[in-house]
Amino acid sequence: MQELPMDEILDIAFLLQTLRITIPYLLPSVGAVFSEKGGVINIALEGILLAGAFCTAVGTFYTGNVLLGIVCGVSAGVLIAYIHSIITITFKANQIVSGIALNIFALGITKFFCKILFNSSSNSARIEGLETLNLPFNPFLLLCIIILAISYITIYRTKFGLRLRAAGENPEAADSLGINVNRIRYAGVLISGALAGLGGAWLAFEQHSFTDGMSAGRGYIALAAMIIGKWNPLGAAAACLLFGFAESFTLQFQNSGIPTQFIQMLPYVLTIIVLAGFIGKANPPAADGIPFEKKD
Amino acid sequence: MISVITSLLIGAIFIAAIGQNPLEVYLQLFSQTLGNTYGIGQVLFKATPLILTGLSVAIAFKAGLFNIGAEGQLNIGAFASAWVGFTFVTMPWYILIPLSILAGFIGGALWASIAGVLKAKFGSHEVINTIMLNFIALALVSYLVNNIYPVPATIHTPEISPNAWLQRFDVLTGIFKGSPFNLSFLIALAACLLMYYLLWKTPLGYQINTLGLNKGAAEYSKMNVKKLIMLSMALAGGFAGLGGLNFVNGYKHYLELGFSENAGYIGIAVALIARNNPWGIIIAAIFFGILEYGGLTINTLVPKEIITILQAIVILIMISINHFIAQSRYKKFNAGTANG
Repeated sequence: MQELPMDEILDIAFLLQTLRITIPYLLPSVGAVFSEKGGVINIALEGILLAGAFCTAVGTFYTGNVLLGIVCGVSAGVLIAYIHSIITITFKANQIVSGIALNIFALGITKFFCKILFNSSSNSARIEGLETLNLPFNPFLLLCIIILAISYITIYRTKFGLRLRAAGENPEAADSLGINVNRIRYAGVLISGALAGLGGAWLAFEQHSFTDGMSAGRGYIALAAMIIGKWNPLGAAAACLLFGFAESFTLQFQNSGIPTQFIQMLPYVLTIIVLAGFIGKANPPAADGIPFEKKD
Repeated sequence: MISVITSLLIGAIFIAAIGQNPLEVYLQLFSQTLGNTYGIGQVLFKATPLILTGLSVAIAFKAGLFNIGAEGQLNIGAFASAWVGFTFVTMPWYILIPLSILAGFIGGALWASIAGVLKAKFGSHEVINTIMLNFIALALVSYLVNNIYPVPATIHTPEISPNAWLQRFDVLTGIFKGSPFNLSFLIALAACLLMYYLLWKTPLGYQINTLGLNKGAAEYSKMNVKKLIMLSMALAGGFAGLGGLNFVNGYKHYLELGFSENAGYIGIAVALIARNNPWGIIIAAIFFGILEYGGLTINTLVPKEIITILQAIVILIMISINHFIAQSRYKKFNAGTANG
């Protein structure tokens, strides 16, 4: 085994690269915590990232304004999350199937409109990036830190957070205390949609365009990170950082002898190990994935 | 039926929105797919893996398990089939073909068994595990194709021996001229027959049904629930694993990365629409086959992704209307008891 080049790993550019890779995992992952704490599994995150990236690209292209692009991306995320909510919370349909169908939907509709708007099945026109904001720092990085702090406080220290957790742990009890379980669950899913949409916006700005299927499984990795992080926003963020580091590492040291496919597998293998209970206990919210049936 | 019609209507809105005549587009879609033997052959070719992944999801459903992992099982099975085909090139066809089929089944079954064993032994949820296993499978097959059995400048495996080919129907019979429709369709039909026989005519099938309907009852009547879970998952994976034969042995004669085109996920929709009935699965798979091939025939008028959108909408409406059906039954039941 060759010696690891420690000074290169601690290089500041490498660190920044790791953080940049982590952002599109972290945002949907923290979003997933909101959704699942409320009791709704949101596999549609993958599609939301994709739709968020697409709408950000379209919005930025037509307005020439990066901020308006972000608004478009986040709106698209909220919209898909809203559809997921209606189907799974109001219609009480299977959350997994709905999520998968929405992912297929997002894949189709982004490509469909990519062809119509940009006359290309693979990518959009080039768009402006975040550098047009002329900031001395990376705004998304700062945003991530703020969102992480607010999320943690919201979930564990506010009335809304308590109600959200109650809706996911024991909806019957929450209901008997006069909490509108379904409304709280809607809120959780919509927040996850907004955050994943924001993650999509980052993807579009990083590449200065939308490319077909650019979410590339990140929504699922975000879900995996949330499980490894044990349904806690800080834990999820730490897991995302680990994945970001692993990916950054393979990019930096292409000749390290570790095939990239094994690094790709890492999040998924870890998730399976955590779920099997080999690393502490994995406790999802008790009513996670179960539609709430109000008794008359 | 309602979901199909509604989704076609929603699709029509999309088509109209980009300035095309929906009626014309749909007319072309159906005439090009069902109007000639070439189109029919293409549809049945597309339907073949969907029948098998549909069966895979359905048999797991019957046991009360949700198999989202057909995509990964299909990929592992397909690689196993291809590996046998390009490794044992000197074997005669009457050994190599059964071996390749068996390899596909076993590959898929073993892969699904990871989730089955984890569910039975540790109680970890098969839904998340099968999703994770899909991604691991794709990465693993990509590793095997790119690093272990590379063919320079391609993303596919070496070609399999002609002795492992499942012949195309146009070569055998002269009809379906030009379409890649091949003998693996018969394997898919045989799998349907097997599933029907197994689930409705054997004691094992009875046990699997009981497990799916009421796990408590299954435990109470001293069934070996853990064994049943593992067995059902393995069978599910086996069916999905056979899905690779259509592309590998029947069409291109090698495994190419990305060949599965989400057939594993569409299998979920197939099983849902067919309500897990093996004969219904054939019909539902053909319906999705029409959509998939139909998308290519209308590509000059409308981007073919309209079909992907339609597929998603069919699923979403399908799972949503169940709620209304259940609700109206509940109301009728209540009205009935109130009157009686």
